[in-house]
Amino acid sequence: MDAQTVIAKRIALELRDAMLVNLGIGIPTQVANYVPAGIRVFFQSENGLIGTGAPPEEGMQHRLLTDAGGRPVTALPGASTFDSATSFGLIRGGHVDMTVLGGLQVDQSGYLANWMIPGKMVPGMGGAMDLASGARRVVIAMQHSAKGKSKVVKACTLPLTSVRPIDLLVTEMAVIAFPGGRATLQETAPGVSVQQVLDATEAELDVPLHVPEMSL
Amino acid sequence: MRTLTVADAVALIPDGASLMIGGFMGVGTPERVIDELVRQGKRGLTVIANDTALPGVGIGKLVSADAVSKVIASHIGLNPETQKKMIAGAIEVELVPQGTLVERIRAGGFGLGGVLTATGVGTVVAEGKQLIALAGKDYLVEPALRADFALVNAFLADYLGNLSYALTARNFNPVMAMAADTVIAEADNIVPVGLISPDHVVTPAPLVDYLIAQG
Repeated sequence: MDAQTVIAKRIALELRDAMLVNLGIGIPTQVANYVPAGIRVFFQSENGLIGTGAPPEEGMQHRLLTDAGGRPVTALPGASTFDSATSFGLIRGGHVDMTVLGGLQVDQSGYLANWMIPGKMVPGMGGAMDLASGARRVVIAMQHSAKGKSKVVKACTLPLTSVRPIDLLVTEMAVIAFPGGRATLQETAPGVSVQQVLDATEAELDVPLHVPEMSL
Repeated sequence: MRTLTVADAVALIPDGASLMIGGFMGVGTPERVIDELVRQGKRGLTVIANDTALPGVGIGKLVSADAVSKVIASHIGLNPETQKKMIAGAIEVELVPQGTLVERIRAGGFGLGGVLTATGVGTVVAEGKQLIALAGKDYLVEPALRADFALVNAFLADYLGNLSYALTARNFNPVMAMAADTVIAEADNIVPVGLISPDHVVTPAPLVDYLIAQG
């Protein structure tokens, strides 16, 4: 299983029946492929859709039905559409139960940086700041390291997305939560030891006596 | 409400005007109006919109045509030309969180001076802005936004200018139709009065100043 699949499958286990969930672009989008059997989740696209479905079959695209990246999607039975003010009212107002976002850095206090690299990448924050500040539960899907450097850091050096701490970080190596504002190792990926996680992590991690393995 | 050709409607827009333009990555953007702005060679426009789409799509065409001197948007990442012109100093870009952007526009159209939002507190977005604590929580003061013109795209318009939208093409359109001095609407379909049921009118006719005739 590749890193992205491990992350997407593990985050899918956080989904519960009837949740309203917003998925960011990249790895978060893949979470929709692993919704546990027997539950129904409403996916929101912040461009104004609840009930976002998979991409349509070739030839069935509609130019007025896209996700937030402008790609054609389908709308599931029971879907609804609305304007951007309502869409962000849903997000800021705490009506979105969970958001899954990508990350550039997460630090040991749970702060997230995911929207710009000064001098290199200035795409704009889009909906990320509203989601990170307003969703009931913020889950980050992120590779543990980039170019040999830990992305789970002591303190974010990149501009923050929000000062509201995230709730859960899932990487291809570990699940990390932030009870009491302290990064705490919750689970390791199959075949990954606690020591390997610690070696790959710049942040200080609290490690409980027993750390279970992700059940994928 | 008056019906105009796209050329006559765009002729109303002077160089240097501020424009709110509906659409999200080009979906729900009045494409004929954009093409005509390019054809008439407009310059110095301020564009307030969610994003600048892609080169060759929607607002991306205005950027490529050097029609724009300032952009207020939440995202420019999928249009490398906007980024290039920003870095070169040819376009001033103000990046605003998407929820804050639409709410500032909503405030502009709803007669409010601005909005209080927790989004952006403690980040670079908060720099130079007033912070207000209410009921133990910090909020940024984000001022209302208005524009000289709103350029909106609807799925249906009737002969009076009532508008309804389709699927994800609604996005910023109805909010912007409240927040500009002059509203120009381009509809995919123009239908007789009565075909849009009152319950399905999203932008009421009195808000629309000009409806673009089918070309």
